[in-house]
Amino acid sequence: MLIDGKTGTWELVIGLEVHAQVTSKAKLFSGADTVFGAEPNTQVSFVDAAFPGMLPVINRFCVEQAVKTGLGLGAEINLVSIFDRKNYFYADLPAGYQISQYTRPVVGKGTLVLDMPDGQSRTVGITRLHLEQDAGKSLHDQHPTKTYVDLNRSGVALMEIVSEPDLRSPEEAGAYLKKLRAILRYLGTCDGNMEEGSMRCDANVSVRKQGSKELGTRCEIKNVNSVRFVMQAIEYEANRQVELIEEGGTVQQETRLFDSGKGVTRSMRSKEHAHDYRYFPDPDLLPLVLDEKWVAGLKAALPELPDTKRERFIKDFKLSPYDASVLVAEKEQAEYFEAVAQGRKDPKLAANWVMSELFAVLNRQNLDIARSPVKATALAGLLDLIENNTISGRIAKDVFAEMVESGKDAAAIVEQKGLKQVTDTGAIEKAVDDVIAANADKVEQIKAGKVQLIGWFVGQVMKGTGGKANPGMVNEILKKKLGI
Amino acid sequence: MALDKATVARIATLARIKVADADLDKMVGELQTIISWVEQLDAVDTKGVEPMTSAVEVTLPMREDKVSDGGYVAQIVANAPEPVVVGEGAFFTVPKVVE
Repeated sequence: MLIDGKTGTWELVIGLEVHAQVTSKAKLFSGADTVFGAEPNTQVSFVDAAFPGMLPVINRFCVEQAVKTGLGLGAEINLVSIFDRKNYFYADLPAGYQISQYTRPVVGKGTLVLDMPDGQSRTVGITRLHLEQDAGKSLHDQHPTKTYVDLNRSGVALMEIVSEPDLRSPEEAGAYLKKLRAILRYLGTCDGNMEEGSMRCDANVSVRKQGSKELGTRCEIKNVNSVRFVMQAIEYEANRQVELIEEGGTVQQETRLFDSGKGVTRSMRSKEHAHDYRYFPDPDLLPLVLDEKWVAGLKAALPELPDTKRERFIKDFKLSPYDASVLVAEKEQAEYFEAVAQGRKDPKLAANWVMSELFAVLNRQNLDIARSPVKATALAGLLDLIENNTISGRIAKDVFAEMVESGKDAAAIVEQKGLKQVTDTGAIEKAVDDVIAANADKVEQIKAGKVQLIGWFVGQVMKGTGGKANPGMVNEILKKKLGI
Repeated sequence: MALDKATVARIATLARIKVADADLDKMVGELQTIISWVEQLDAVDTKGVEPMTSAVEVTLPMREDKVSDGGYVAQIVANAPEPVVVGEGAFFTVPKVVE
C-alpha cells in the first residue's frame, strides 16, 4: 500500500512481533496447569507468584516446541542460548522481571512465505524466536477503585516471533499472521487462538517517502488481538504519521494502543520508562544447551507444512494456486479435502464442493470443519454418485442439503427419494417433445437463430423431469429435434 | 565508567527506590566505588575464552511436561491485602492501574 500525501507518495514499513502461547500442559518454569479459563489464581505455583526463594526449572517440552517452530520457519537453531531477566514493574508481574531471552535467543534467522490473494507469493524474513514467560492478567473493570490480578497466566511459556521490517501493507501484515498461525497449528506448537489471547501481536509501523532507503521513526502498537484489528491499526497509524510529518511535525518513537471501538491508535504514556529493561543473564538459570542429534531428530519428524502441502495439491490434484492456498490454510481443512479428493478422476470437483457447498454450510452454522455435519467419507460418497452419472450436479445439491439435515449418506437418500438420474433415451425424448409442443413460439425463435434459447429449453426439460434427466443427454436430444 | 547524578536518579526511578536529592551525591560516590572495584576485571585479557557460567560442571536441569503444582489459591493469596474470593478462586487486588 502507498499513501498519496500532499508532499508526495509514502511507503509503509511494518515489522510484527507475535507472542504465541506454547501448547504445553505445564508452565515454562513451573509445574502449574496452563488450561484457559480456570478460576483466578487456582493454577499458580509459588514459583509463578514469585515467592521468595523459589527457583525456576525449565520444561523440556516447551523447549522442544520452540525448536520445532524454528525448524518449521526454516530458521537457524542456536545450540546454546541464554535466559535473561527483563526488569519492569507492573501489578501482574510478581517477580518484577520477566524471564526472557535477549542477546542469545534459542532460534535465529528464518523465513516465511506470504500467499497473497492475487496468487503471488512473497518471502518475509524472520529475525528471531525466543522463549519467555507470560505475565498475569489485570482486570480493570471489576471495581471502581481497584484492579484485580489473576496470575493463572503468569509463567505460561510464550514464543516471541519477530519479523524483519519487510512488510509493506496492512494486507501483507494480515497474510503474515494467517500464514504464521497456520504453520503453528500444523506443528501443534500453538493453537493460534487470538480471541483467547494465545496469539497476540505488536506492530512496528513507520513511513518513508517512496524510493527512500532510510527508515522513518517507528511507533509500536501493542497487543492487538485479531488479524482484522492489526490491519486496521496499521492503516490508521500510517495515515496518522504521514499527516503529522506533512504538517511539519515529527513522529515520536513510542508505544501506542489500538482502540478497536474508535478505530484509532493513541499514545500509552504510562510506559515512558518501560524501554529501559536493564536486561541481565538470569543467575537462577544455566545456559540452555541443545544436542545437535536431538534437533536433527525433531527436524526429521516435522509434519508436512502448508507450503509443501500447497505445492503437492497443485501438482497431484491440478488445483489452482489460489484454491490450494485456501485449502491448506487450516490443517483439518486440508486433510478433509484430501480425503474427499483421494483417488478421484476429477479432484477439482472435490475442491469445488469443499470450498463452495461445504464452506457455505460451515459458515452458516458457524462450525469448524472438525465438527462438520457431513464427514469427508460421506461427501466422497456423494461425489461418487455424480461421477458415475447416478445423479446430476443439480440434484446433488439437494441431496447434500438433505445430508446436512439428516446426517444420512448420499446413496440412501437417492434411493429413498427416487432421485436417480434418468438416462433412458425414450423418457427424455418424451419430455423434450412435450416442451417443444407447448412452446411453438420459442421454437420459431430458436430456429430463426436465437440459439442461446437452448439453455431455457434445457431448463424446462429438467423441470419436467424433476431435475432427474441427464443434462448432457437432454442437450443432445434437444439439438437433434430442433435441428440446430 | 563515570556516574553522574542524573544517571543515579534514573536508576533509582527504574528500581522504584526513593532517593532524596540531598542523598544523591553520596549515592553517586558509593556506586562509583563499587563500579570501579568491579572494573578491575577489565584488566584481564579474556579474548578467545568462553564465558564461564558456573563454577561446577552442571547443565541446566529440565522438567517433564506434567502438571505437578498449583491448586492452592488460599496459600497464594494468604499474605495479600484484601483478596477477593470468586468461586473456587481469588483475585489479588491493587489500587487501580489505568491505561
